[in-house]
Amino acid sequence: MTATVEAEVVDLAVTPLRDLNQRLHDVALAGEGPSSWRIVNPRGAHAVACGLDAELDVEIHGHVGYYCAGMNKLATVRVRGNASTGIAENMMSGLVVVEGSVSQSAGATAHGGLLVVHGDAAARCGISMKGVDIVVRGSVGHLSAFMAQTGNLVVCGDAGDALGDSIYEARLYVRGSVAGLGTDCIEKEMRAEHVEQVRELLERAGIDDVGAADFRRYGSARQLYNFTIDNAGAY
Amino acid sequence: MSGGWQPGLRESALFDRNVIAEIQRAAKEGIYDIRGFGAKRKLPHFDDLLFLGASVSRYPLEGYRERCDTNVTLGTRFAKKPLELKIPVTIAGMSFGALSAPAKEALGRGATEMGTSTTTGDGGMTPEERGHSEVLVYQLLPSRYGMNPDDLRRADAIEVVVGQGAKPGGGGMLLGHKISDRVAAMRDLPKGIDQRSACRHPDWTGPDDLEIKIGELREITDWQKPIFVKVGATRTYYDVQLAVKAGADVIVVDGMQGGTAATQDVFIEHVGIPTLCAIPLAVQALQELGLHREVQLIVSGGIRSGADVAKALALGADAVSIGTAALIAMGDNSPDYEAEYQKIGSSAGYYDDWQDGRDPTGISTQDDELAARFDPELGGRRVANYLRVLTLETQTLARACGKSHVHNLEPEDLVALTIEAAAMARVPLAGTDWVPGRSPF
Repeated sequence: MTATVEAEVVDLAVTPLRDLNQRLHDVALAGEGPSSWRIVNPRGAHAVACGLDAELDVEIHGHVGYYCAGMNKLATVRVRGNASTGIAENMMSGLVVVEGSVSQSAGATAHGGLLVVHGDAAARCGISMKGVDIVVRGSVGHLSAFMAQTGNLVVCGDAGDALGDSIYEARLYVRGSVAGLGTDCIEKEMRAEHVEQVRELLERAGIDDVGAADFRRYGSARQLYNFTIDNAGAY
Repeated sequence: MSGGWQPGLRESALFDRNVIAEIQRAAKEGIYDIRGFGAKRKLPHFDDLLFLGASVSRYPLEGYRERCDTNVTLGTRFAKKPLELKIPVTIAGMSFGALSAPAKEALGRGATEMGTSTTTGDGGMTPEERGHSEVLVYQLLPSRYGMNPDDLRRADAIEVVVGQGAKPGGGGMLLGHKISDRVAAMRDLPKGIDQRSACRHPDWTGPDDLEIKIGELREITDWQKPIFVKVGATRTYYDVQLAVKAGADVIVVDGMQGGTAATQDVFIEHVGIPTLCAIPLAVQALQELGLHREVQLIVSGGIRSGADVAKALALGADAVSIGTAALIAMGDNSPDYEAEYQKIGSSAGYYDDWQDGRDPTGISTQDDELAARFDPELGGRRVANYLRVLTLETQTLARACGKSHVHNLEPEDLVALTIEAAAMARVPLAGTDWVPGRSPF
């Protein structure tokens, strides 16, 4: 028999968001406090559980607004609902899981950690990503991975138009169709190392019914890395 | 035949030598001119305003004897820890990447000696900068290069950059030859490639989103830090009102004379409005909201002297910010380097190629050898000296107008030398009661 950790329950219907975030931050500041949190009635609130900086487990039961788990470090945040714009924006490390779908700019500029979306992600998923891994069980909208710098985006469904526009060194894996590739983004060979990378990312995301070999890889043609006038039409 | 004037030769006012040279350069190179510095064209500016010193109807304060305070508090609206500065002149955001590490350190040293703030830039916060800046403003830019929550919490204030005066509506480009290993690592990009900075933020668009973004930043930092919003001067009245509505503690308005490390010349010279007219627009916006002085206004773009500082304050700014002038104070465009400027096709007093990384003074470069020429302690002293002079000059003018605090300067202390300046600054043409567009001739 294993011991279970009693979760600290916070009801956002009665507790101000400021109090919740301060309590979560205080754990990092004090170096002690509850590690397991259960948040109920988020009712679309913005900035829920943002700026975390400790190995916390935070479960949010319901839909959240903008910037949930923004700039996350170390913590695991699980949203049992949908999330609006900028989920896990600029995340540094840790794990953010959304069981529903997410709006625009999911994982924007994130430097590290893993973002898992079990539904779909809207436009600009992974915009300017800087090292984060993102796994989307469904599809992603247009201009996903725009100016993506490093990290991996795995899309089990389809990708919208202008995928990877002005991309740098990030790797994009899409299982379904791609409506269109953005400027300087090309399809690349899917070698064994890439299949292995997708397999490992799917495993970390807890997705076990999708084959890693079914994905195609996209990345930078590296033609726009240094401005030349001959490419002016592409900018 | 020499290039000098000769009888019968008449230069075109329309196609002058600079215009001809630019057409010839464009035809040869096929690419627009990218450069640093700010607008070089003649614009209505603070030089077109004069102070009405005290006389019979007003009495002045005694120089050197009677106090004329200069302190300013920024971020009193919502932040738990507003910034307390000793002088109303701050150092504007300039990136590590555009500037060398020792140059950034010098700005911090100079600002700290004088009790004022300095600001990061596109590219993140360096330990040198944080270590030498007692009060450091951390910029949140569209690129988010180097952005991380630890630095956010280490900062003393946060500046959400929507735009800058040199290029409102434009992004940025740090050219590949300035991307050293360290700059590349801080920005999570390979060495040597051009680093584009987006013109819009990746996770918000418009004033309603900005309000939510500011809310997130406040939550992350537990409502401790003042949040600035910086805009390039264009539709300043509306931009200021919307930024205030979005929850800003401090508004930074950067006029079109504001400097840049690398921008298209056509952008620098043709987009935005002069600082002179941006200030009254911003002040009007704040006054109509009943928040003038509660939401502080910082003005930048072409501040060179204590006269400029005093005039900006008289028009309603709470503080000013300097960028180009601070670089010049540190040694940029110094005649000491004339021979080296000549070697790279420039000359002291003209050098504006801050984008190309060959700055002989070691300021706007990432070349280790060039950067090593720059002494951050000496540079810091020069910045402090310059700030000291700006402050003394501002106090001199304020005392002459009978003010015991530089913030007591007011538009009523000013007149304009030209009709254009009178209309833009909303002060009377000298010797008249006429404010064009506001009072009958």
